[in-house]
Amino acid sequence: MFYREAGDFKTSYSDDSQTFPIKFDRYRYYVVLLVAFAVVPFIINDYWVNAVFLPFLIYAIAAIGLNILVGYCGQVSLGTGGFMAVGAYACYKLMTSFPEISIIIHVILAGGITAGVGVLFGLPSLRIKGFYLAVATLAAQFFLVWLFNRVPWFYNYSASGQISAPERTVLGVPVTGAETQPWAGYLICLVFVFACAIIARNLTRGMAGRKWMAIRDMDIAAEIIGVNPLKAKLSAFAVSSFFIGISGALFFAVYLGAVEVGEVFGITKSFLVLFMVIIGGLGSIFGSFAGAAFLVLLPVLLKNVLVGAMGWPTDLAAHLEFMIVGALIILFLIAEPHGLAQLWRVAKEKLRLWPFPH
Amino acid sequence: MKYKLATAALAAVVAAGPAMADLAFSVLSYRTGPYASNGIPLADGQVDYYTLINERDGGINGQKIKVVECETGYNTEKGVECYESTKGEGVLVYNPYSTGMAYQLIPKVTADGIPLHTLGYGRTSAKNGKVFRNVFNYPANYWDGASHAISHILDVNGGDISGKKVALVYHNSAYGKEPIRTLEELAKKHGYELSLLPVDHPGQEQKSQWLQIRREKPDYVLMWGWGVMNQVAIQEAANIRFPMENFIGIWWSGSENDVKPAGDAANGYKALALHNLGSDYPLYDDLQKYVVDAGKASGAGDGVGSVLYNRGLYTAMLSVEAAKTAMEIHGTSEITPAMMRDGMEALVMNEEKMTALGLPNFGPEFEVSCENHGGNGYGAVSQWDAAAGEFKLVTEYVQSDQEVVQPLIDEDSAAFAAENGIESGC
Repeated sequence: MFYREAGDFKTSYSDDSQTFPIKFDRYRYYVVLLVAFAVVPFIINDYWVNAVFLPFLIYAIAAIGLNILVGYCGQVSLGTGGFMAVGAYACYKLMTSFPEISIIIHVILAGGITAGVGVLFGLPSLRIKGFYLAVATLAAQFFLVWLFNRVPWFYNYSASGQISAPERTVLGVPVTGAETQPWAGYLICLVFVFACAIIARNLTRGMAGRKWMAIRDMDIAAEIIGVNPLKAKLSAFAVSSFFIGISGALFFAVYLGAVEVGEVFGITKSFLVLFMVIIGGLGSIFGSFAGAAFLVLLPVLLKNVLVGAMGWPTDLAAHLEFMIVGALIILFLIAEPHGLAQLWRVAKEKLRLWPFPH
Repeated sequence: MKYKLATAALAAVVAAGPAMADLAFSVLSYRTGPYASNGIPLADGQVDYYTLINERDGGINGQKIKVVECETGYNTEKGVECYESTKGEGVLVYNPYSTGMAYQLIPKVTADGIPLHTLGYGRTSAKNGKVFRNVFNYPANYWDGASHAISHILDVNGGDISGKKVALVYHNSAYGKEPIRTLEELAKKHGYELSLLPVDHPGQEQKSQWLQIRREKPDYVLMWGWGVMNQVAIQEAANIRFPMENFIGIWWSGSENDVKPAGDAANGYKALALHNLGSDYPLYDDLQKYVVDAGKASGAGDGVGSVLYNRGLYTAMLSVEAAKTAMEIHGTSEITPAMMRDGMEALVMNEEKMTALGLPNFGPEFEVSCENHGGNGYGAVSQWDAAAGEFKLVTEYVQSDQEVVQPLIDEDSAAFAAENGIESGC
């Protein structure tokens, strides 16, 4: 009834192939953008930004990045934590070496550097597949963490081996460091998420994305129809690492402010982002957001309900949280192996026919 | 668990009462994860002391204490979430019990004007109160600890350790890396050879490090470990039959939980101490009466008197004393975090005060001042007696080598001030 194509006429090809061809969908998208850009910044406080919005937005970028590699190109990667560390350390080195250049440029450059590193570690994907590739990227994870711990140049020879973000401003407003206003940190991340999602969406439905999907579905067949596996796989690694690098840079500079590579960018981070992609839905930009929201928001929500509202002991709540999140993940994967994105698609399909299914 | 639920229910009832003017103290605990074995007694010690003050004295000068506990799992991301979610409740002081988290919180607490107390951990150069206005690390810090360990080795060797080999087994994080600079400076002064053996989080895998120790045969091994890493290291040392009396841990690597898994083989293991051990103090009788026997103990109540329980209790005691000092200075019992900061800066701990509290000779005497937020750097060495099942102090409290430590603190805090554009105060 609300959600239908009837009466929604298109007169050009570009209208027909837009991201949200259904009018209701499109308006919903505009409303979400409007709320995110024009309403949320005015009402959020420190807690909402640091506990909910920043992690959600930044993990969403990482999940989009990994989704391009795993979901669209079919190359399993366990090196996400390591690549995020590259982004963070690149951003730190750039921030401290060229303090007069805008942080936005540093974050983008950090993404570029990570893309280069990603391509390097993507080279084995030309010879090995599946689990074996996963193990090769696992090596990247451990190597990169070891490197940033081992070589003092990366952390500017600080005694503790930590990197901490100095204050940097955008248009005179601090976005890193302790003086950052909640809305400033939120907006800078939102802009990056918005840009990354649009770029990813348009890459994946264009020529590049089709090549990646061809490789994913059957690489020999793809090669026969003229897809160059070298270019397709390495470009997937580059684009994916670019996004992951941006998320790492923001994670360090805007969200945490001080980072220790072994703890923050360890193997658990790689798994967390991979779970986001799997739960959200492989090969879906919306799925990346849904997965990030699920794994970031659910623990915070559970904690607030169990400890805040019901007054349970914190350790009991923390253990229960693991069990509930774990059980939900299993449940989801059994009930809907294609993730939250597929649930969303099914819901939309049902809505289109509602209230007269047949 | 029943006790816990009962306490929680009680806490909820108490909190639901006229809670407006309660003094909020945070307990950022980690009762889960690979560091839980150490985190549980620490958190219990703090919570029990606050409960005792509420039950026995009716609070601090009539103001009830509200304990705001938040589970961090020793994870900095959760720690940030905890800090942001609890600071709105007017928490007077934060004790994160994690060096990584302390680094994260230093800029935040400075911006928010809330004091941070890192007792024997955190950023060492925070001792310089001129730069770190809101951060306190009394009564001693890591660099003091490094100096204590080396002076103990000097004592044992009659004052000459040139040519000796000392290995440092450390948690590969900000925490474990802290003492390296000091140990290097001390190596220049005393002429020993230092080798570094990092262990990655969480520290369950240490075979290669101990293989290296077996090969290089250092005369002494120092350890900066935490959580499960401690237990594994002591077990590995026992496996290669490293002489335990030459194995010295920092005060975070010297609790019963760390040595018990290795059984008798751990006998003779040494660890530094910031405060006294055991439960042979008048205060513990009150604790038994008002908290444990009354069924209000946090946790199972079996940790009372253990090293880390005492540390938690000591932290809570220092916070309560600072709050009392703040009340005196400002003449009000409804203090704010800013007043609490003034109280911490004017805190005086002497024998008289500790005796009055029922903790005679429990910790070193010190006075906090605007310039010195770190106390005087006194520490002792304790040794594990496996047969008796307890740590015993084997030395007096000695001061660290201020000639070496102080210049390093000045240098590091000056660098921090320059990096962040802080003008030094006082």
